[in-house]
Amino acid sequence: MTTLLHEAVAGPVRSYEHFLAQYRRVWRGTIGTSLLNPLLFLAAMGIGLGTLVDASPNAPAGVRYLDFVAPGLLAAAAMQTAATESSFPVMAAMRWSRTYHAMLATPLRIRDVLLGHQLFVATRVLVASAAYLGIVAAFGSVKSPLGLLVVPVAVLLGAAFAGPVMALAATVENGAAFPPMFRFAIMPMFLFSGTFFPVERLPLLAEWVAYATPLWHAVALSRSLTLGAPEVLPALGHVSYLALWAVAGAMLAAWRYRKALGG
Amino acid sequence: MIHARGLVKRFGDFTAVNAIDLDVPRGEAFGFLGPNGAGKSSTMRMIGCVSPVTDGTLRVLGLDPATHGPQIRARLGVVPQQDSLDNELTVRENVLIYGRYFGLPRRVLRPKIDELLDFVQLRDRGGDRVEPLSGGMKRRLTIARSLVNDPDLLLLDEPTTGLDPQARHVVWDRLFRLKQRGVTLVLTTHYMDEAEQLCDRLVVMDHGRIVAEGSPRQLIARYSTREVVEVRFEGERPDGVAFDGLADRVEELPDRVLLYTGDGDATAARLAERELPPHSTLVRRSTLEDVFLHLTGRTLVD
Repeated sequence: MTTLLHEAVAGPVRSYEHFLAQYRRVWRGTIGTSLLNPLLFLAAMGIGLGTLVDASPNAPAGVRYLDFVAPGLLAAAAMQTAATESSFPVMAAMRWSRTYHAMLATPLRIRDVLLGHQLFVATRVLVASAAYLGIVAAFGSVKSPLGLLVVPVAVLLGAAFAGPVMALAATVENGAAFPPMFRFAIMPMFLFSGTFFPVERLPLLAEWVAYATPLWHAVALSRSLTLGAPEVLPALGHVSYLALWAVAGAMLAAWRYRKALGG
Repeated sequence: MIHARGLVKRFGDFTAVNAIDLDVPRGEAFGFLGPNGAGKSSTMRMIGCVSPVTDGTLRVLGLDPATHGPQIRARLGVVPQQDSLDNELTVRENVLIYGRYFGLPRRVLRPKIDELLDFVQLRDRGGDRVEPLSGGMKRRLTIARSLVNDPDLLLLDEPTTGLDPQARHVVWDRLFRLKQRGVTLVLTTHYMDEAEQLCDRLVVMDHGRIVAEGSPRQLIARYSTREVVEVRFEGERPDGVAFDGLADRVEELPDRVLLYTGDGDATAARLAERELPPHSTLVRRSTLEDVFLHLTGRTLVD
């Protein structure tokens, strides 16, 4: 039993070590983005736009707009980090630097390579979201200790995106597929999945599309956590839906990885 | 070390490797020779347990790649055709991270890395990033990396393609030392001099099949003559008939005529006596290249 567990964990960890070592070379560049982006967004949306929204009789959820938008922005940022880390870096490891091929010449298996890379994406999301949460807290928008739980929610959301994006990266011939993915999938989700305004304001069809996106579930859950008023059943529903995406996405990615690397 | 019977690799309708038989004993330096697309790399990838066997039997180190891939790969060293180094990392880090893939602890790896970098003459570049290194240095680093697990069997896919002559000779020298230490080497190449330098035994592959097998000397004896006379003419060239009786085999190329013969000097002398004085005559030993071109033809495969 312990050897089985060891075998299941050791492989992904060895692959993960590679991505960590590589990250140690470039982490400084990502820190700036991880801190500056939240500051800019919270200042512009929360305080700038928020002043107008709070003066309106239609202010959402009966709270300060800053408190409303901050957890949404955090979740949306987690989605973008996960999508970015799962697109070009996967293509690079598969086709340009051939890192995956180097790994597969050793005892590592395709699933080890994939899980190790997913573990690294999760780490990136974890660090970025923790930094984001610190800044949200500094703006006074974390109303409850439950707010700490938005970090694991963000990691789960990251996993929900990593799988499908990695599957795409393992399928397409070159990086030309990624800009449309960001423009027509990631960006609309960022704008319309409840980050900036409640999705009930959308036309009915668009509202239901928003409910189908993983981002809406992470935003709704995160918001209930930072505001300190989560309800158990909806929260379980959100977590299950995100977990479903994460598991199905990982299986999809595993299938595409085997196609691309196992010939 | 390697045992194959009726080994087949198909990609859809395309048969890359068509029922080959192989046996490579411990300590041998074994070569796959063949033009591009002959099936060498596909065979290597099956032996390296990264590409599943379509049909036939394959045993590597006595184990079946289909069921024991990770166990076999733990004892293999692989030098791929295309470099797969971590360009952002340093020379040392590259070997360290690769050693970690095998699950080797860092305290074991540290002295091991010094030893390996000494072996490939990269010790003083240990702290440098890989990106700006020359092609020869990168290939030596790839070789160092492939030795991190003390492999029983080293697979090299075109180890010196793209390197300048100096770099090639350094790589050959290192590979020769490995061979002297008893490491079993299996390499693919389309350089005849490489095959003659390194291989105890080789097979020539063409269109997915093995068309010849033996030591370099045996192959030359079997498929060529001891010597070759290369003759060039100025302007008008005589017909093939004019070479009758001069050599065992005559091959006419657009720019020259090759006379395959046991005694090149005698053939050249007899040729000079005839009514067709060549512009230039070159007598040389037969090489594997002659064997190769005889077996796989002169047509370009693209």
